[in-house]
Amino acid sequence: MQLELSATDTDFRARMREFFTTKVPQEIRDTVLAGRHLGHDQIVESQRILNAEGLAVPHWPTEWGGQDWTDLQRHLWHEEMQRAGVPLPLAFNASMIGPVIAQFGTEEQKERFLPATANLDIWWSQGFSEPDAGSDLASLRTSAVRDGDDWVVNGQKTWTTLGQYGDWIFTLVRTDPEVKKQAGISMLLIDMTTPGVEVRPIELIDGGHEVNEVWFSDVRVPGDLMVGEPGQGWTIAKFLLGNERVGVAPVGATKRALARLKSEAGDQLDDPLVRARVAELENDLLALELTALRVVAHSSDGAPHPASSVLKLRGSELQQAVSELALDLAGPASLAARADDDSPQEDWARRAAPTYLNLRKASIYGGSNEVQRQIISRTILGL
Amino acid sequence: MDFTPDDEQQALREAVRGLLATTYADHDARRRTVAEDPGFSESLWGRLAEMGVLGLPFSEADGGVGAGPVEIGIVCQELGRVLAPEPYLASVVHAGGLVAACGTPEQKTDLLGRLAAGEIVLAAADTSPGARWSSANEGVRAAVEGGAWTLTGVANPVVAGDRADVLVVAAALPDGGTGLFLVSPDAVECTGYAAADLTRAATVRFDASAATPLGEPGRDLSASIATISDLTRIMGANQALGVMQSQVRATTDYLRSRKQFGVTLNTFQALTFRAADMYVSLEMAQSMVDWATMTIAGGDPAVVADAADRVGLTIARTGRHVGQEAIQLHGGIAMTAEYAVGVGTAHVEVLGQWLGNGGHHLGRLAARVADHEMVEAV
Repeated sequence: MQLELSATDTDFRARMREFFTTKVPQEIRDTVLAGRHLGHDQIVESQRILNAEGLAVPHWPTEWGGQDWTDLQRHLWHEEMQRAGVPLPLAFNASMIGPVIAQFGTEEQKERFLPATANLDIWWSQGFSEPDAGSDLASLRTSAVRDGDDWVVNGQKTWTTLGQYGDWIFTLVRTDPEVKKQAGISMLLIDMTTPGVEVRPIELIDGGHEVNEVWFSDVRVPGDLMVGEPGQGWTIAKFLLGNERVGVAPVGATKRALARLKSEAGDQLDDPLVRARVAELENDLLALELTALRVVAHSSDGAPHPASSVLKLRGSELQQAVSELALDLAGPASLAARADDDSPQEDWARRAAPTYLNLRKASIYGGSNEVQRQIISRTILGL
Repeated sequence: MDFTPDDEQQALREAVRGLLATTYADHDARRRTVAEDPGFSESLWGRLAEMGVLGLPFSEADGGVGAGPVEIGIVCQELGRVLAPEPYLASVVHAGGLVAACGTPEQKTDLLGRLAAGEIVLAAADTSPGARWSSANEGVRAAVEGGAWTLTGVANPVVAGDRADVLVVAAALPDGGTGLFLVSPDAVECTGYAAADLTRAATVRFDASAATPLGEPGRDLSASIATISDLTRIMGANQALGVMQSQVRATTDYLRSRKQFGVTLNTFQALTFRAADMYVSLEMAQSMVDWATMTIAGGDPAVVADAADRVGLTIARTGRHVGQEAIQLHGGIAMTAEYAVGVGTAHVEVLGQWLGNGGHHLGRLAARVADHEMVEAV
């Protein structure tokens, strides 16, 4: 057992820190560090800077821009981005559809989509969830019916995050209603400018426009835009949801949020009760960070680690707990959440309530925390 | 960066586990052992000495093995796993640690050599009634006359004090500060008792009792006492981790096998979810224990002190969560002294209240929150 990073990893971390803090525009990083929302153009600009340096999609196969890093190096890359306030590469592109196309796509699909996906020339949306298919994703009903060389898609997707920016959407559709429900699902790549695709915003409790409904009415999708074979969609979706071991717990971002809150708290940090809450959270975050390091340092076979569920569960709880502390420290100032910019209340305090409300999602998305408990009790504890 | 024990460490774990199983194959053996004086198995203690386990922390020059903190942590985890009542933490890690840190070369060779060989048991008397985890022991006062030192006062609890052949006593020095002294049990009044987990401690009364300074006479040893206490806390956390690992394992086994309403308990999701949360707590605790143990090798007392507080807080929280849930999910069986799970909860609590509880460590961490921007793992 050895606590220190190796010289190679220490150098690697220093190189990441140097790049992230000097090459990504300060204004973008300040926006992230302050917890404000990034615009479309900032996210694109940042990812292109990373991509030019080979830092946007390091976990992809090397022939498509990946780096042959260890899990620990990927972890360090991810943590340093969060620490520096660099927007993480768009997850839909970098973590979800990119690896899927690289694994299951045809050569034509790879050449057409992968470079554009890495560089965020295409902004992908995720079309998985439906009104009656959340955690029970296999119940999805959006249909795709063969018509000559094309598929004709009808149905509705929901919770499509940042779908308002989407150029393309990777979509799970039911291509065979007759077989067992998992077996009748396929994955289609759909150009969102195709006639019949309609994006409708959903307003959330934090007042933001982050998710959307996407409606498909007789949308014609060329047959060469199916990923894998008909009926392979469920396998592909499991690959997509399971292949991410690094970064399931946003440790760096939560640590940064707590550190910032300490500096914003001012006199309140003199209150022993506040200090105790901070100390407890710092300790829990340290335990989470060390657990993430244990997971990435342990196996290198690339298979999903069952402890990912532990990290997701605890990571979302702590992310939420820090936002609760922020709201409590903001107090009455938090009421000014939707006041004009000339509000006398401080910026961080005005963001506290929306952030707290927004982060309730963290224990719902990506497999709700109840699903994670199910995974832990079944696959780890054998219950 | 590596959290995996190497082959030798793994072999040590298996050897210690195998040896402990010869005495504590089941909880009933532990019950019988703690019911009789001295509250642990002298024969097992001797075999631990033969295996080199009692000399692990001490240098070869002092008759020890010169192993590192990870090895000692592994031993403590295995002791915790079977709730072994042997006074390894009290005698080897704590009292032995004080001798190794502060003794003269002659004292070290003599005491640590005999401790490692299993010939003597040491106990540290560094706490007075009402005191809470301080490196100063105001309840025992040292006096010197014509070069002869005596101690007066009361120490309690003195873990393993009723069996000790030599007491290592912390006492207030005449000119201020805290010194360490070696005292024979013949020179004191010692009353033994059992703690909630049935491990043994004692009240030791000093009445102008003859004492030999440990190391240089009259020197304030507060800093060394604090550091050895921190090391003991981290090893206590290792021991508590072993207990909790057993509790989680026992609980999942029980949920799979115990039938109620005609089905096994693991068919009730409410119960399996609680077991999942126990596992999450345990994993976090394991990370902190591994980390805190590895900080010792760096040798910086401030880093070790911080790690001791952090792991102490985590273990206190995890001990309550895992220990209480283990009892609840077992139901009545875990309330009985016949069954290890509930006794394990008592043992973790005894370790925490002896070495530093959650409130204590949280208070210390809370006092320091403004000293850093964020806590760094590496």
